[in-house]
Amino acid sequence: MPTKETLADLLSQKRPEDRLENKFSDFKKPLNHTEAEIEAHRCINCYDAPCTHACPTSIDIPKFIRRIASGDVTGAAGTILESNILGLSCAHACPTEVLCEGVCVLKTLSKTPIMIGRLQRYAVEQAYEKGTRFFHAGKPTGKHVALVGSGPASLSCAHELKRLGHDVTIFEKSSLPGGLNTQGIAPYKMKADVSLREIEHTASIGLTFEYEKELGKNLSLQELVDKYDAVFLGMGLGADNSPKIAGLDSPQIQARTHGVVDFISKLKTKTQKDMEWLQNCHTVIVVGGGNTALDACRELKALGVPRVILSYRRSMDEMPGYTHELLHARQEGVECFFNTLPVRIAMADQALKVTLGKTATAANGQVTFLPVSQAEEPETLHADIVLLATGQSTHEKILAGFPGLKFEKNRLVVNHETGQTGHLKIFAGGDLTNGGMEVVNAVAEGKKTAIGIHKAIEGELSNGAK
Amino acid sequence: MNFAGIYSPNPFWLASAPPTNTGEQVERAFEAGWGGAVWKTIGRPIQNVTSRFGAIDFANKKLMGFNNIELISDRPTETNLREMVEVKKRYPKHALIASLMVETKEEWRELIKQVEDAGCDGIELNFGCPHGMCERGMGSAVGQEPNILEMITGWAKEYARIPVIVKLTPNITDITIPAEAARSSGADAVSLINTIKSIISVDVNSFAPTPTVNGKGTNGGYCGPAVKPIAMHMVGAIARKHGKNLPISGIGGVSTWKDAVEFMLLGAGTVQVCTAVMHYGYRIIDDLTHGMKAYMNEKGFTSVGDFIGKAVPNYTDWGSLDLTYALIADIHDESCIGCNLCVVACNDGGHQCLSLNPEYKADGHTRKAPILKEEECVGCNLCKLICPAPGAISMKQIPYEKHYHGRTYRHGVMEMSHELHQ
Repeated sequence: MPTKETLADLLSQKRPEDRLENKFSDFKKPLNHTEAEIEAHRCINCYDAPCTHACPTSIDIPKFIRRIASGDVTGAAGTILESNILGLSCAHACPTEVLCEGVCVLKTLSKTPIMIGRLQRYAVEQAYEKGTRFFHAGKPTGKHVALVGSGPASLSCAHELKRLGHDVTIFEKSSLPGGLNTQGIAPYKMKADVSLREIEHTASIGLTFEYEKELGKNLSLQELVDKYDAVFLGMGLGADNSPKIAGLDSPQIQARTHGVVDFISKLKTKTQKDMEWLQNCHTVIVVGGGNTALDACRELKALGVPRVILSYRRSMDEMPGYTHELLHARQEGVECFFNTLPVRIAMADQALKVTLGKTATAANGQVTFLPVSQAEEPETLHADIVLLATGQSTHEKILAGFPGLKFEKNRLVVNHETGQTGHLKIFAGGDLTNGGMEVVNAVAEGKKTAIGIHKAIEGELSNGAK
Repeated sequence: MNFAGIYSPNPFWLASAPPTNTGEQVERAFEAGWGGAVWKTIGRPIQNVTSRFGAIDFANKKLMGFNNIELISDRPTETNLREMVEVKKRYPKHALIASLMVETKEEWRELIKQVEDAGCDGIELNFGCPHGMCERGMGSAVGQEPNILEMITGWAKEYARIPVIVKLTPNITDITIPAEAARSSGADAVSLINTIKSIISVDVNSFAPTPTVNGKGTNGGYCGPAVKPIAMHMVGAIARKHGKNLPISGIGGVSTWKDAVEFMLLGAGTVQVCTAVMHYGYRIIDDLTHGMKAYMNEKGFTSVGDFIGKAVPNYTDWGSLDLTYALIADIHDESCIGCNLCVVACNDGGHQCLSLNPEYKADGHTRKAPILKEEECVGCNLCKLICPAPGAISMKQIPYEKHYHGRTYRHGVMEMSHELHQ
């Protein structure tokens, strides 16, 4: 069982040096010392600041920036991590444009918000480089909590529980910790090793990991409930959805069609040699309109794929993906086909022939195909591969039968104050309960749920999900 | 323009300091547009130390305050005199002032004759330097002793045929006392302030004041934008007392045309600049003259005489301020950016009359403009001063309903004392 001492060694063995993700450079460049100091001095130090309100983990942003400005960079990192133990990955992965930086008062005053995300990255990186240790395990309570999944929700929850004195064991289905933080964040935002380095620091408080343990396969929820004082479910969402498209059942076509989450995970963990086949791709069609679809498009452009096409079944205004991400994608040359949906995929000359049907959004919000008379000739495109970014499945099948666990709208139902499910010993947070949000939301939910678990196992809480 | 008998094409002079160390520099300054230059102080040869300067920054801005432990000119007097001749030959219409600092009467006589022969238009007596030279009984050591100041100024007036300006030190309690000593001994003008005795910073790693010379530091002379308010008070105090009878050359943190106008409104006939030039170079003179001209055009002034001293009648004692004048803050919701800085300032450092708005703007995270309890507002200005959003907070006058109607504190005191005596 890898412990904090061996985690680093283990991780370096498992990560080949020539990983494909090393070809990506940071979209948002890190700040050097001078840049950070100048930027920190720009902050006007709002009181009851909008940026802090907008942060799901309520980081005291004016405080940490003031500390950078005054030369106390370690203190700045402490302020960040006290609220958000995964402050480094959030600094990389947060859509700051729509969170803290989106409401920065300087954006109103002079159109240029403070680079909060980059300052946060600067502070935490500096502190981690110095090896500063911020947190210590609380006085042992003798209680033991099992956490399923090692993504941001579980890490945040486990760290907070350990601070409160509870032992924690995290069960991870793969051989790498971090969940989507390690394997799902676009590599131009954050590489896997940043996530792993952060986990090393986070785990130094005394987190225990067990790898290649998956619920429903070699891990039983009933056994966890029996053995531990509480169980936290933080395993996020399931495998990529596969929409119904004519032709998709052919093995030849399946080999050229990938789920986007699976694809990004490969980008981040496979070697350049493993992924050599990508170099021969001329055209890739990404199906979907969310942020993962946009991430994939931008990754493909960054890797030099000449033609990247985003096919989204609704209009641009209806896209769930962020406007700023769409803007960057278009600037990078991604072609957007709105109101289109693949209706048929066939093979033609060693490539895929994808037929896109024209769609419209009906008055009731449903997507409908336009009648042939109204539609132009269906668009037919040749593509080397198709990526499906049409959502992920849930773990409803393996969880829903368990007493007290209930799903609504693809989300596991919990009490939003405590994270407790209908089962008194089972708690949950992150994508599993919110349907798929940002890393920072998962961190916030993980921490809040740790308090809920603490109260429950210390006997202060008895009510389940409402 | 004419300042105490010295002709100058404009009111902007370079103060006696490193920017006027050599003839080559002064010529470039005149070429750039400076109206006058007070040469780096000449006296007995000295040796300087390294390093010499220290600075205090404010946020991103360098040199909010500046200090030096440099002494007077370390060049041979003959070299300075020879270069003065050359400068005056090339720039006959510019004001060239010699700054002097020596000890004995004989030395003063000799040096005054030398600089007059070199063609200088005036002499500035350096009674201000607060470091190094004062330890040798010169500089601020003279400026702090009105009797000595009066005596030496008397010598200078005895020997000089050109106007004599006395440069005053701010390191005293009441600036009008040395100013009076200078005037009574016949000085043609005063210039102020010289630098303020200071320790600009302490190196927290080496535990020594800066600038540090081989592990030790000493107190230096403080100047730059941070000292302007102190200098303006002193200029204003002398102007109130002596009016136009004692011309003043204003010095202390002048960096922009507006700074210069403020000094002149308080009675300065010329201004002298050093730190801003040491920071940005002679080129700033363009902005100073252009800005002042634009201001004059806007106000309809045809010469600087139209506004020199214009604020002096409005500079009064606290006791003469109108107690019936009542202002309160006026918050303008449409310009508020929601930083709430005024709320924390008012609550912790003001009079607890601003509070957070419980309502948020459309973004859900930014509060609407703070709420003012008008009846609690004392009109102190704090919120307006710290507000970063132009136009979000102004001050408005309200009727003053209490019993001090139409009176000042002084009126009240006199009335009370009158009642007591009855």
